[in-house]
This record gives sequence, structure tokens and C-alpha cells, in this order.
Amino acid sequence: MPHLNMVQAINQALAQEMERDDRVVLLGEDIGKDGGVFRVTEGLWERFGAERVIDTPLSESGIVGTAIGMAAYGLRPVPEIQFLGFAYAALDQIFTHAARIRNRSRGRYSCPMVIRTPYGGGIKAPELHEESSEALFCHMPGIKVVVPSGPYHAKGLLLQALRDPDPVLFLEPTRLYRMIREEVPEGEYTIPLGKARVVREGKQVTVVSWGSMLERVLKAVGPEAEVIDLMTLSPFDAETVLASVRKTGRAVVVQEAPKTGGFGAEIVATIAEEAILYLRGPVLRVAAPDVTMPLPKLIDAYLPTMDHISNAVQEVLRY
Amino acid sequence: MPQEILATFNVRRLSILDPDGNVDEALMPELPDAELRRMYEMMVLLRTYDNRALALQREGRLGTYPPSFGQEAAQIGSAFALKPTDWVFPSFREVGIHLTLGYPIAQLYQYWAGDERGQRGPDHLNIFPFCVSVGTHLPHAVGAALAARYRKDPVAVAVFFGDGATSKGDFHEAFNMAGALNAPVVFVCQNNQWAISIPVREQTAAATLAQKAFGYGFEGIQVDGNDVLAVYRGVKEALDRARDGGGPTFVECLTYRMADHTTADDAARYRPPEEVASWRERDPLLRLERFLARRGLWDEAYRNQVQEQVQQTVDAGVRAMEEIPPPERSDLFTYTAAAPTPRQAAQLEES
Repeated sequence: MPHLNMVQAINQALAQEMERDDRVVLLGEDIGKDGGVFRVTEGLWERFGAERVIDTPLSESGIVGTAIGMAAYGLRPVPEIQFLGFAYAALDQIFTHAARIRNRSRGRYSCPMVIRTPYGGGIKAPELHEESSEALFCHMPGIKVVVPSGPYHAKGLLLQALRDPDPVLFLEPTRLYRMIREEVPEGEYTIPLGKARVVREGKQVTVVSWGSMLERVLKAVGPEAEVIDLMTLSPFDAETVLASVRKTGRAVVVQEAPKTGGFGAEIVATIAEEAILYLRGPVLRVAAPDVTMPLPKLIDAYLPTMDHISNAVQEVLRY
Repeated sequence: MPQEILATFNVRRLSILDPDGNVDEALMPELPDAELRRMYEMMVLLRTYDNRALALQREGRLGTYPPSFGQEAAQIGSAFALKPTDWVFPSFREVGIHLTLGYPIAQLYQYWAGDERGQRGPDHLNIFPFCVSVGTHLPHAVGAALAARYRKDPVAVAVFFGDGATSKGDFHEAFNMAGALNAPVVFVCQNNQWAISIPVREQTAAATLAQKAFGYGFEGIQVDGNDVLAVYRGVKEALDRARDGGGPTFVECLTYRMADHTTADDAARYRPPEEVASWRERDPLLRLERFLARRGLWDEAYRNQVQEQVQQTVDAGVRAMEEIPPPERSDLFTYTAAAPTPRQAAQLEES
């Protein structure tokens, strides 16, 4: 089985789905001739032509808005936003239209599209290139939020997202793009949305994470920890989390984003509502501080480290 | 180095029917008498529908409503230019399009009465729901147009918006995308000259809205928006060009919002009455009546007959709207996504 990195796995998923379904059309900045700034769409323009791999003007709101019209017409567009921080310019389209056109039209129109975008810190890039604002999107009903944590899951989740009847925000952890290589089957396979996975079983503490932080969690924690990769944040798999917490009686949630109002808060609140009587101690969050995402010189002072994670696990194990 | 002129543009204005009902025969579109009369009937229907909406709102039977009064020619002329297979992306002040295309009146009232089910158009119409967020639907039209071209469908896309929308970022992004990708889309602006209280001269320093299109590499034309024949011709030519691969066009229909912005607005606070009075002289409906009378297609008896017929149609629409049972609570959940999340399913059960 070939060993692929995440860039290659995502590229393969896109190519396979475009081969299978002529409704799939890609659009975005520099995704065609250039193959994308991270080379995720490399070779697709040559293979599928400029009508299906559309190089657009620099126009985030226009890209997502155009994709909405394509989706309503019956295509399955895959708009790429070059970095999550630039999706802020398209929030109006995502929130005002993509997430609610099915509702507003009472089912007459829908918006099956996958907005792909690199997210997260640690790549020595300029301002707004390393954002981790996934929680914003999880608050808006009508849009799914999917975050793979490695090549194998990136391919399976993306193929599933491309077949979803509603809009999906697909966040690709930029730091992991070329860091991890895994065995990735050449053929098609899908991984269901809305389901978490237990990455490593453990008995004493549940550690919940997703995307870029999972790699650090796996290095930071010992065999006492049961590690869960959420994979889909919206809708998230509460049952898998709760089943684990009921078993271990302890929980730590690790997110890259600032603490306040982050998606970890939703996990902790759900544990408090549904499993508080199983808890032996407080549920802790490991998160970035509530500050603006810094430039690279301060990134190590900002991102949660392995020490932060293992300290939090040791702390809850005291109870 | 000598200075050179790199580009010059000419902004055309199209006007066919003058306020006295005289027509420029050279520009007169080919429309059979029956179609001319149907245009008139639709304009009367729109005005009657509109007046009834205001009455219903005052009686508390409708919510906030944005009237079309004064803009009948801009709407009906555009709608007549559309083919049944074309796609339409409306804002919220173009119900004349809906009425002409045969959208059920009961559903239009239903929507403005606060029931989202009114937005589900009949399956045979390619008309998007009203867009309340000003100007944000322009990129959707570009996308649908590109999809139609990809599918090789002989379809053009028309998107309707007001002058206020031309100040929005999505106006720029959609125009730019349409020009760069040569999308078969027609941008139709009902320039009613007021974005609530801000007159168009304070919205832009440009002399016309039409000229903005040239900056994006395609033509913008201003038509007399109170002249149903000019609107029809301008929009039809643009749609034909789009269907023939000629790319986008911007049609600015210069008209006037005779009424308040909505039933929640009082335009007397910011608008001189002389200005409103001067536009009353240019009433699009009167103008068409005069023209039809000259052609022997209109008299008092015909007018009375049309008004009576239209009144019955509107009455029936109101009755049908009020007979619709209220939506179920489950309706809240049904359309958020194709399938409910586990949490939504639980919330539905909680009621």
C-alpha cells in the first residue's frame, strides 16, 4: 500500500471523485495551472481541464458565492480558500447563504459543496495564514465542519464530504500536510461524517482532540490515556466522547484555538450535562491563550505544547 | 513619451416610450398586441397586489412589506424578456417577476406574512428565494451561469437588485468574476434612486450606475426604467447575448421608488415631496395606457375589465394564503440539513 502524505491523499480523493462524478468542479485562487499554493490540486487542471478546475480572481466572497450558485444549479463545487484567515471575507456567503439556502427555499435548493481550506499554526507564515477559528463555523447550523488529522482519514473523510448533500467546511491542518506519511489505499473508501474515532484505548483519562493537535497529543500522553480524534466537529460525536468519559471518569480537551468560546467548551459542556456523575475531577481544557494569533517569532509561546498536554493529563489524574 | 488614451467608453441610454405614450418605432420591440396587453395586465396585477399587501400589513395580516409602487415597468419588462428555462435570482422588491412567471400569489403573501414555506417556488420555475441581505446574491447568479455553461444548457441567468446593492463588495466580486470568466449572466439593477434614505447621488460619485460595468470589461446600459418597452428590449438583448456566449451585461433600469422603503419606513422624513410629485408624472402604468390607447388596444371598458379581473385574482390569492394552516414546529428542523444531527433529533423530541 502506498505511503502518502496528506497533500497527496487529498489530491487523490479529489481526482477520484472528479473521475467518478462529473458534477464535481473545483474553483479557487491559483488552484489550476499552479496546482494550488500547497500543490494540493497539482495535475488536476491538466487532467480535467479549465472548466472543472477553475482559476478564479482573488475573491473569497465571490468564490464561495459562485460555488453556491453552482451547487444550486446541480453541480458539486469544491471552492478552495487559500488560508482559513481569508475565509473571513467569505463568512457572509457561508453564513448568510450556504448554511441556510436549503432552509430558506424549504428544500427546493440545497448547497452540496465542500469548502477546502488549510488551517492552523506552525508553518512560519504571515499574518492570517495560521488561524484556527473552527468554532465560529460550528456555531452556525446548516454547515458541517470536518477536520482530518492525517492522510488516511483526510482521503476517506473528503470522499464522504464530497458526497454529502449539504455544505461542508473541510479544514486541512497545514502543519501536518507533509509531516505525516501513512498507508493510504489506492481505491475509494469513505469515512462517515459525524463519527469520532478512538485512536488509542486507555482506562484512566479521556483526551479529546482533533486536527493538528492530535499529533501532539499522541506524543504527549502515555498508555493511561484514551485518545479520541473527533474528525467531525459539527455535528460532533457526543456518544463516543461520553462513552469514554463514563469509562475513565476523567477528561482533557485539547484544541489549538484560543480558549474562550472555542469548540472545546462545547465538549466540556456536553460532558457536564451528560456525564458529570461519572467524573472524578474537573475537566480541563488545553488551548491557546485568548490573544490574537501571533507571527512566527511568538508561535511557540502561543500553541499548546506537549508539556501543556501532559501536565493537564497529570493534573486530572490526581483526582 | 506622449500620453495615450488607453480606453474610452460610451454609456448608452435606451428609451422607447415617452411619458405621453409616443413610441420610437425604430426601437419598438416585436411584440404582438396580445403580449402588449398582457404586459399591461401584469403591471396592473403588480400594483393591485402591492396595494393589497399594504392594506394587509396595516391590518396586521402581513409583516413588514417592501412595496414595488412606481417600479412596475422595470419588473414586468424584465420578466417578459426571460425564457422559462432561464434562472432568476431576485432580491426582495421584484415580485413583479414572480407574478409574471406564474409564482402563486398566495405563496408571495405567505412569505411576507412570515411563513418561510412561501419561499419554496414551484418546481418548474428556476427562481431563487428572495435575498434580503442586500447584494449578496449576485455571486450566486454568476455560479449558476457558469454551471449552465458547463452543462451546455441554453440558459441565461438574470439577477435583480437595487441601487443600494451597487455599494456592496459582492457587487464588485460578482461583476469581476462574471467578466473574467465570461459568465452568461445579466445583472439588472432597479435603480429606484433611494437606498432607504440615501439618494443615489450620495451612494456613488459615478454619473450613472451603468458605467460601472465597463470597469469589469463588459457593457452597461441605462434604460428608462419606467418604460416597459425599453426595459424589455434592453434586458432581452442582454439575455440573448448571454445565451449566445457573448458574456455578461449590466442593465440599469432608472426608475423611482414611489412608496416608502417598507411599511416600517416613512420616506417623508428624508425625501422632498416635489421630487415624488415629479415622478408621479412619469408613472409607468399611465404611460403604457396612453400608448395602448393610441394603438386602439386600451379604453375605459378594457381598463375596468382588467381591474376587475386582477382584483379577483388577488382576492383569491389572499383567501388561499389565509387558508394555509400554520407551520408545524417540526418544520424548524426539516430543512436545516438533509438529515438531522443527533442533537437536532433530540431537540425535536423535546418540544
